[in-house]
Amino acid sequence: MRRAHLAATAALSITAAFSTSQAQAADLTLCWAAWDPANALVELSKDFEAQSGHSMKFEFVPWPNFADRMLNELNSGGKLCDLMIGDSQWIGGSAENGHYVKLNDFFDANDITMSDFIDATVTGYSEWPKNTPNYWALPAFGDVVGWTYRKDWFEKPELQAEFKEKYGRDLGVPATLAELKDIAEFFQGREVDGKTVYGASIYTERGSEGITMGAMNALYSYGFKYENPDKPYDMEGFVNSPGAVAGLEYYKALYDCCTPPGSSNGYMSEGIDAFKSGQVALQMNFAFTWPGFESDANVGGGKTGYFVNPAGPDGEQFAQLGGQGISVVSYSSQQEAALEYIKWFAQPEVQAKWWAMGGFSCLKSVTLDPAFPQSQPYAQTFLDSMAVVKDFWAEPSYATLLQATQRRFHDYVVAGNGTAKEALDGLVRDWTETFEDDGKL
Amino acid sequence: MTDDIISRERVGAPGALRRRIAGLSDRALAWVFIIPTIVLLLAINIFPLIWTIRLSLTNYRANRANDELEWVGLRNYERILTNPDIWNSMQATAHFLFWTLVLQVLIGFSLAYLINKKFKGNDLWTTIIVLPMMLSPAVVGNFWTFLYQPQIGLFNYAVAFVTGIDPASFSMIGDVRLAPWSIIIVDTWMWTPFVMLICLAGLRSIPDYIYEAAEVDRASRWRQFWTITIPMVLPFLMLAVLFRGIENFKMFDLVVQLTGGGPGSITELTSINLKREAFEKWRTGYSSAYAIILFVTVFGLASIYVKALNRVKQR
Repeated sequence: MRRAHLAATAALSITAAFSTSQAQAADLTLCWAAWDPANALVELSKDFEAQSGHSMKFEFVPWPNFADRMLNELNSGGKLCDLMIGDSQWIGGSAENGHYVKLNDFFDANDITMSDFIDATVTGYSEWPKNTPNYWALPAFGDVVGWTYRKDWFEKPELQAEFKEKYGRDLGVPATLAELKDIAEFFQGREVDGKTVYGASIYTERGSEGITMGAMNALYSYGFKYENPDKPYDMEGFVNSPGAVAGLEYYKALYDCCTPPGSSNGYMSEGIDAFKSGQVALQMNFAFTWPGFESDANVGGGKTGYFVNPAGPDGEQFAQLGGQGISVVSYSSQQEAALEYIKWFAQPEVQAKWWAMGGFSCLKSVTLDPAFPQSQPYAQTFLDSMAVVKDFWAEPSYATLLQATQRRFHDYVVAGNGTAKEALDGLVRDWTETFEDDGKL
Repeated sequence: MTDDIISRERVGAPGALRRRIAGLSDRALAWVFIIPTIVLLLAINIFPLIWTIRLSLTNYRANRANDELEWVGLRNYERILTNPDIWNSMQATAHFLFWTLVLQVLIGFSLAYLINKKFKGNDLWTTIIVLPMMLSPAVVGNFWTFLYQPQIGLFNYAVAFVTGIDPASFSMIGDVRLAPWSIIIVDTWMWTPFVMLICLAGLRSIPDYIYEAAEVDRASRWRQFWTITIPMVLPFLMLAVLFRGIENFKMFDLVVQLTGGGPGSITELTSINLKREAFEKWRTGYSSAYAIILFVTVFGLASIYVKALNRVKQR
């Protein structure tokens, strides 16, 4: 009888212990864009599953629909996502509208220090309001627009000689945007290895954010500023400054002279295709695409070089920030487990593995490691680019501001309507109206 | 008849219900059957319409539902009607609508006229012609972007073959002058078979004896066409125009896939523009007013058109 009693107690204890661990194990869903880094994160997260006992599900949406789909999810208070790796521009709206959980107390309690991450990524992905210590995300994936070029073409002696004769300098990585255009013009329509090739692939996409993410690289380096540094939301003379006008004119000139035929609506994937297929000598794209070139049969194996977005006429050099932070969705019923994931993800060894798997870590202990620049052919370019980043508005009304920019830029650059000055004057009007609607002006 | 139904009902109905049904007049019984439909219509059509009208008078934004709601009166309507971008959008829609209807009616009717003749392989040709309208607009948009590709696109090569110009020298969806025509061509390719089928139904409904009588009267083929065929097919043709007009007024998927509204905003039809205002910029109040304006426009035009259609049918 006693033995039976003992056996029953043991069985109950085992059942209780099992059900406790079951109750603690959560089924977390992480939402992000559908792209190569997301696949790497799936692999990386298997370590988290093994360590925590939680299981991970993933909801990945292709880039062109990512913002639409996920912002609808957040705005409707949906419970699909426990963790969201949202675009940097969403941070203002998501913070002000209560979509993300504020992480300051959590960071303090778990010794996660924001100064351990690349400064630009903290400002870009985590802070709202900007430049204040209010954190809504952990920098998850550093990204920036940069350039790739066909190193093997640049090294051809006959092309080097012809270029030197024509431009009086060596065919190499351009130091300025003007030099970049010269190189693009040099390659446009040229026969290389028996194929007609073109100068450059640049962003021109109309529907989501493409042309803005592209043109801004020229505008920033030509002197464009979003607002008066001393008077927030005062844009007249900054957005449409003579430098900004020249920057937009430059981008149109580059589009007109040096892109492959049919480049009127291209973004990341079109750029990748153009470069991998050997269509272009230069390609503008986010850094996340670079690991894919290294492993590609056509352009890998040392055929591809990388460089930071070149400087403008006055030596100013900036690049458009991409990338995202990881946040806990406030509508999630599993916030504890989601925070556990962030705590795990912030660990230096996890971040090191993240970089090794193709994820662009933002942790300084990874990027400032002496071995980092040699770890990948593009590692130094990534670091240099991250040092000169600027980002688009991250205001709650960013989508309205972005759509106005898309329309104005595409109208001028691709459709050829009006002048650059008219486009930027129009943009000041659009943005002013938006900020007036928001009660900020 | 109704009494029969009620007496049949009585057999199986429980006592209280039986007594209640027996006490209902025909009119009341009709209401019992109609009310669920009316409730459904009110819930899914009328209520949203009234709610949209209400929202159109506010500054409501669906992504900031907690913000204080401000009544702005007719300001949204005023801003829309004085916005040159919206007028450009309307103009793009009108251009698209006009040319797709003209081309689809002309080609659709011509094809129906040919198919209506008895010849070998008639059924096979009908099936082949009808194929495009069976495809998904998103798929059609996607593969036409490849057909229009200046370097590898078959369309460009076909034009180059006929005209002798360089296929890479023009971009159908990237050129401001050509992009509006690129969407018209694709829509015409896809939906002409629909117009053809309706016209074919019209042509086949004309009794042979009318043509036989005309032959006896020695009417020429040309005269038969204008005095018999066209008047008798006209109601069908007008119906096809109504259907295609309504469909094309709300055209979205095909154009988004093909041009995304570009280059610039040259192919940004009102439905695309409205979607951007409502679900990208989240200006819910403003876009509600926009939707109401479009609704009134379509409703007004459709009412006038339906009256004209009825008049033609009565002739």
